[in-house]
Amino acid sequence: MHIVIVGLSHKTAPVEIRERLAFAPTAMQRPLQKLLELPPVAEGLIVSTCNRVELCAATKEPDVAISAMRRFLAEYHEITPSEIDDHLYDYQGEDAIRHLFRVASSLDSMVLGEPQILGQIKTAYGYAAEYKTAGLILNRFLHKAFSVAKRVRTETAIASNAVSVSFAAVELARKIFDRIDNKAVMIIGAGEMCELAARHFITNGVSKVLVTNRTFARAEKLAAEFQGKAVPFENFVDHLVEADIVLTSTGAPNFILGQRHMEDVLKRRKNRPMFLIDIAVPRDIDPKVNSLDNAYLYDVDDLQGVVQANLKERKKEASKAEAIVEQEIGQFHQWLANLEVKPTIIALRRKFEEIRQQELDKTFGNLKDLSGKDRKSIEAMANAIINKILHQPTTVLKQSQNDASGNDHVDAVRTLFDLPAPADDDKEIKPLGDPGQE
Amino acid sequence: MTVNILLFKITLLVYFVATIFYLIGVISRKERFRQNAVYLLIGGFVLHCITLAVRWVATGAIPVASLHESLSFFAWTLVGIYLIFYLRYRTVMLGAFITPLALVLMIIGTTTSAQAPALNPMLDSWWFPVHVTLALLGHAIFAIAAAAGVMYLLQERMLKSKKFSGLFYRLPSLDTLDSMNYKCLTFGFPLMTMGIISGAIWANSAWGGYWRWDPKETWALISWFLYAALLHGRLTVGWRGRRAAIFAIIGFGFLLFTFFGVNLFLSGEHSFRNFTGQ
Repeated sequence: MHIVIVGLSHKTAPVEIRERLAFAPTAMQRPLQKLLELPPVAEGLIVSTCNRVELCAATKEPDVAISAMRRFLAEYHEITPSEIDDHLYDYQGEDAIRHLFRVASSLDSMVLGEPQILGQIKTAYGYAAEYKTAGLILNRFLHKAFSVAKRVRTETAIASNAVSVSFAAVELARKIFDRIDNKAVMIIGAGEMCELAARHFITNGVSKVLVTNRTFARAEKLAAEFQGKAVPFENFVDHLVEADIVLTSTGAPNFILGQRHMEDVLKRRKNRPMFLIDIAVPRDIDPKVNSLDNAYLYDVDDLQGVVQANLKERKKEASKAEAIVEQEIGQFHQWLANLEVKPTIIALRRKFEEIRQQELDKTFGNLKDLSGKDRKSIEAMANAIINKILHQPTTVLKQSQNDASGNDHVDAVRTLFDLPAPADDDKEIKPLGDPGQE
Repeated sequence: MTVNILLFKITLLVYFVATIFYLIGVISRKERFRQNAVYLLIGGFVLHCITLAVRWVATGAIPVASLHESLSFFAWTLVGIYLIFYLRYRTVMLGAFITPLALVLMIIGTTTSAQAPALNPMLDSWWFPVHVTLALLGHAIFAIAAAAGVMYLLQERMLKSKKFSGLFYRLPSLDTLDSMNYKCLTFGFPLMTMGIISGAIWANSAWGGYWRWDPKETWALISWFLYAALLHGRLTVGWRGRRAAIFAIIGFGFLLFTFFGVNLFLSGEHSFRNFTGQ
């Protein structure tokens, strides 16, 4: 059994293509069952997010399955295959395992290390389990992928530094204040970004919120929403003394906070540090404020810079994560190979046993006057012959579990000795896949 | 004495390995090295306790009389106080500053005579070990303040310039570092004050005068005034952060000079040579 993946992602396809190939998350039953109806597909799973669509299957004939899945993707969405062919990638065997492990660990994400993808794959697996399109192999495969993702998350710092502007602001505040749950935040103006950043501070537990706006009614509205206090815009500078964190985004054409104001505020705060975040363009706060002791001023570009630095840090961690993925691929591959090798060895032995029994019956039928002792020795000799013959092939098969040659050897043995296909795993899975079919 | 010297050398070796681990842990991003560095340091500290205890039993006096002994004792208080801070703040980075310092003190210790000093009868007073112990405890606490100060300045520079190196992600927050500075000051300053007072009392019993303006006394007094100014500034004017960090670093520089410089460059009653008659 092999694992194959056909799909496309933000790396291979623009959004116009991705949106046409997406599967609605609320109606997964039909596509999953259609996928399973493809002849070579034994088990199937569909991951569909705004950044990627992945069809994952367990199959005996990887190449046939891949072309069938490529066609399926086009036909299902009523697109001519040539239109999407260049955007699709496909993986099989070890590469397919690597691909899903990397995707689940967020190594293939647009924002490296973002946590949502794991949840999305879990949801996708949930549907496959619910509609019974995932069986023995995909169950094991997906659970392995989840545990790899968990290992990556706990053993590397890939997800540790903020990569959005508003999270970066919260993280910087933690670098200055240590705790922000006993700090006060003041919101000046009401830009969208400003509100978003304020929300992040509030969910991270700031204890006090002050809001000011040129239109006092808007300040009051926002204050009510954040359970804070509205402050008249005319004398907001007086209230700055209470604020540890200041978020500004007014439409003012000039600076509304200058160096002189801030010197005064800091003195009245007894130099307790202040973190000022100026999201407005044009800027609201004179950049000279940053040169004052205990005042830390960040504008939009500065925050973007922090995000870039954090991303770089994540990239360094990614190489550690890749190493973890490589380790785990081997383990899973071995399990998969084992799945084939064991039944093959058993079938091979059974075949030889049958031949031995037939030939013994024939021989004993012709030689009726043999003593019990003679019959025993002939039986023992036949036994010894098959054991000796089988010894080497069995050893090779067992060893080949550990490397890529496993499948070739299994195929060779099955062809040479005309062993029946291991029907048992088909029986185990197909009926689960589509109960209506039986 | 040989057991003692052997123990001293093993301790030094453990501190050396711990220093290497700290430095690798700080430069690279290997969490494991930093964690193991702490374990190594704890192991070294236990060994160091045994070293000092053995010596105490052997000589019958708190081992602070010779330069060798006081260097070892200084390193011991430094590591001990760092470990206390580690329990409170869990900051491994601090160890990357303190451990090398303790190691350097120990290495200097190996260059000095490890002979048990034939104690000058003048020093045979209960006040002498009290004086040295208090003074060295104060020094160790101020060393922590200075290390926190260096970290504060590094962190503050990165936050101001908005250029972050990998170090940034491992430094504690500015508030934590500043509160360390304050904690150190509130413990270190009384210890230092008591160290000076007990020294004066001892001087009176030994030489018949409380204060003789010997170079070490003068420099200690200068350092004391510096820390007094910082404490005053913090409590009344709202000094903090950068300024407090710089004061802590300069103050510790003065203390180091008081400890070493005076012995090496200037002469006075505090020179260990006078104690041991070498």
